[in-house]
Amino acid sequence: MIAPEKNELVVISLNGVEVEVPNGINAVEAAALHGKEVPHYCYHPKLSVAGNCRMCLVEMGTPMRDRGTGDPILEEDGTPKIGWVPKPVIGCATNVSPGMHLRTESDLVNECREGIMEFLLVNHPLDCPICDQAGECRLQEFATDYGRGYSRYIERKNVKPKRTRLGPRVTLDDERCILCSRCIRFSQEVAKDDVLGFVDRGSFSTLTCFPGKELANNYSLNTVDICPVGALTSTDFRFKMRVWFLKESKSICPESSAGCNTLVSSREGVIQRITPRRNDLINDTWMTDSGRALYKLVQAEDRIRRPSANGNDIPLDDAISRAFEILKGKKIGVVASCRSTLEEQFLTHRLIELTDAKVFIRGHFGEDDGILLSADRTPNLRGALVSGLSNYYPQDHLNDLNQSISDGEVESLLVIGEDLLESGVSQDNLSKVSVVFMGTHQNSTSSIAEVILPGLTVFEKSGSFINRSFFLQSFDQAIPGPVGLLSDCEIISRLHNLLTDEAAEFFKLNEIWKAMSSSKNSLLAGIEFSELKKGVIQLDGAKWEHLSFIEKEALHHKPLELTTS
Amino acid sequence: MSTTTPKERRIILKHADDPNYSNRIGCYLREGGYESLKKAFSMKPEEVGEEVLKSGVRGRGGAGFPAGMKWKFLDRKSGKPIYLICNADESEPGTFKDRQIMYKDPHQLIEGMMISAFAIGAKQAFIYIRAEFHEGARILERAILEAKQAGFCGNQILGSTYSCDLVVHRGAGAYICGEETGLIESLEGKRPNPRIKPPYFPAVLGLYQCPTIVNNVETLCNVRHIIEIGGEEFSNIGKPNNTGTRIWCVSGQVMKPGYYEFECGALTLGEMIFNVCGGLKPGRSLKAVIPGGSSAKVLRADERFTGSLKDGSEFDWGLEDIPLDFDGPMAAGSMSGSGGIIVMDDTVDIVEAMANVNAFYAHESCGQCTPCREGSLWMRKITQRMCSGGAREEDADLLLSVAKQIEGRTICAFGEAAAWPTQSFVTKFKDDFIKKASESSKERDSKSLQLI
Repeated sequence: MIAPEKNELVVISLNGVEVEVPNGINAVEAAALHGKEVPHYCYHPKLSVAGNCRMCLVEMGTPMRDRGTGDPILEEDGTPKIGWVPKPVIGCATNVSPGMHLRTESDLVNECREGIMEFLLVNHPLDCPICDQAGECRLQEFATDYGRGYSRYIERKNVKPKRTRLGPRVTLDDERCILCSRCIRFSQEVAKDDVLGFVDRGSFSTLTCFPGKELANNYSLNTVDICPVGALTSTDFRFKMRVWFLKESKSICPESSAGCNTLVSSREGVIQRITPRRNDLINDTWMTDSGRALYKLVQAEDRIRRPSANGNDIPLDDAISRAFEILKGKKIGVVASCRSTLEEQFLTHRLIELTDAKVFIRGHFGEDDGILLSADRTPNLRGALVSGLSNYYPQDHLNDLNQSISDGEVESLLVIGEDLLESGVSQDNLSKVSVVFMGTHQNSTSSIAEVILPGLTVFEKSGSFINRSFFLQSFDQAIPGPVGLLSDCEIISRLHNLLTDEAAEFFKLNEIWKAMSSSKNSLLAGIEFSELKKGVIQLDGAKWEHLSFIEKEALHHKPLELTTS
Repeated sequence: MSTTTPKERRIILKHADDPNYSNRIGCYLREGGYESLKKAFSMKPEEVGEEVLKSGVRGRGGAGFPAGMKWKFLDRKSGKPIYLICNADESEPGTFKDRQIMYKDPHQLIEGMMISAFAIGAKQAFIYIRAEFHEGARILERAILEAKQAGFCGNQILGSTYSCDLVVHRGAGAYICGEETGLIESLEGKRPNPRIKPPYFPAVLGLYQCPTIVNNVETLCNVRHIIEIGGEEFSNIGKPNNTGTRIWCVSGQVMKPGYYEFECGALTLGEMIFNVCGGLKPGRSLKAVIPGGSSAKVLRADERFTGSLKDGSEFDWGLEDIPLDFDGPMAAGSMSGSGGIIVMDDTVDIVEAMANVNAFYAHESCGQCTPCREGSLWMRKITQRMCSGGAREEDADLLLSVAKQIEGRTICAFGEAAAWPTQSFVTKFKDDFIKKASESSKERDSKSLQLI
């Protein structure tokens, strides 16, 4: 990770124009800051510098100094004399220093790029028409810029394996590989699972897994993302869709409290793949394989698509009315969720306050991998704290609900997503209460619920989550939900209107945010919805310092006690 | 051309071919071995370094960089351990000098290394020996054991508080392992992919990211002699800026190929070929000479070389007039490299020679960086095709263009090593390459030597 900590600015000359850039950043990044693209393959901002593709060759010079006195040597006109390095240097390994001169558009530089492009293509199969990478391929893009347009190569091309299974999710086409070693460096440096390497040498070098190993770690698909060509392909996405047909929506991975920024790619309302979106504060450019697979939940067999009452499909309006019938006048219990969006949690909290309902909430926990899969397997546990929904750290059960039912404190239940049986509520107790279930997928609770109100998955709605480091981030709807369904916010608002005297008309996000940001003593006070849409907002979690959050130290995350002490 | 045969001056190979001399420590001690080590230990380490700097001895591995200067670059402030590595991965086609030293006089190398280690403050030294030198590795290992038992190496050398272990590491069987940083990677147990410089200059970030000095076998042996006679005295051997002797390895179509040690500049290329090596085979004429191992640029027999030397003197040489030192072949547009002189007479098909050189570089390219990886194989395929009846007139220019796209754009000097032969062969013998096209329908003579 070559990125320097310092933000000190220095002046360099970029193609003869003086510009300011942070000291010590490399020439590729420095040029990019000022709109000059230095093409590259092997360099990746989040990996160590390998310098092997040679595509980022630029001309570099530094102000000359007298060897004896150390004084700057000046030209006749008084400007510093520049000592140009006789050979082109690689931009990725050239860190800027004050007064450095860079040429990224000279004849020599263009000639270098053309040379490298030609070399990269001589043994390339040129199978773009059947290649998954087509449309998002650096080789294609730079071939357009620096390619010859015809080939001088009349020899036979090298033949390499076309479909090597590197692991359960990654397939390799070795002929397309340009040996940039990004995947190898990623496996070593980020995934900490050193399984990839090159065998053979020269142009016959071949990427492969070490004997007896496979690329099976939960980050393996990142190698596909960072592969600048079509060599590493996602076995799941392979040959499924042309990338230029895809609509990309900004989303947040709901897998855990890490809150990876993602891009959900869909076509005509169907999600085709999920890829990470760069966020240097949270997930860099990575995400888990398991997080990518979550889109499959949208069309899962057990997805709840229609509202129903006692097993019969009914219109949503009727279902909401039935839910009201069940809840009204009873001692209501609400099983809220750490998987709900902050907005949903806020509305749920208001509903609970105004109906004097008792609230129960549970957490879902697993192993923390120390990278981007945190121990808290819900995306928004901190949202439950911030919205006021919960004032204690949720446990991984609902024993207190079980007790409350036994004690007769709860007669009817609004359950958001949770499986009560699995959460420690006894079958016996479940039979004592009437249940309204709101959720996306069937479980043992939905099967006994009197009314089912279908919910929307993360991909079908907009909202926001608060991640493990108290970063508040919003996500956009990627695809429409099943026909005839309403957002969870709207359903909760409607129930609210029915159950209380106070009308809560709002169910649009900006309206909810108006209410949230005007609530006093809330961390959300004063936050503008439009601000949230621009980027992440760091909230101060000091108020919950006493809670023992389960997350370990991980990529870009330090537990609270570590950050405050 | 002088008529008297210049006399060899053997310093490094003084005892190498003496029938009464073996590679055991007894012989070495009998001939005054390890006396320089004792002398060095009576000095301060920096004084030893100073002597080497004064001697002006230049690296014998190929680049000819002053060894004393290289030692000066060593990062001593980091507090990290310092390593000394002997580069014994001799594999440049045409070069076979280090092998003679290690097989016939290994203690000389050990003594040179221990003096050097003492000078730079290394506590651990390695001899990275070419994989194919199986016997050499065994000889060195035995010699190290002998030296350790005699207290010249290992713990508390010569009873002092200074210790330095010496280990023989067998190479990984690739030419690229001889590249300084590739060697270091290989020594670390990885693929010998050369490192990018900056930031990985061995003197600062070498073996295990610690300051490291990598020197050639012959260079390290010279250190022993520098200490013996003093840097000042050593610098009187040879010529200014070309001090000491050099072992020249002559191969090709001469009557007496072999290794010959001369003072730098003591003879010309012509004297070497026609006097020392007994001239060409009867009836043959000289066509071309590669003066410094296969990666050096080829020189054409009928070329004139003109220009001015560093001292300002003008020169106008024929091929035979080129003085054999560091600067002579350099002035002629090539280099003395590792001292491998390859002689080609008029029976050599220059395109086939080129094909063989290209085959070597395509086979040995590590494959790390694009220009060398793809370019070397491409050039090999072109020349191979040209020799197999498929030559085209445009191939000569294509070869030049490909070579140009490699040169100066790679991670290590292998790029130049692969590009320079092609550039020089094609430029200087363009007619031969063009002629191939007109013979394109011809099959290769079945009696001619097989291509690599």
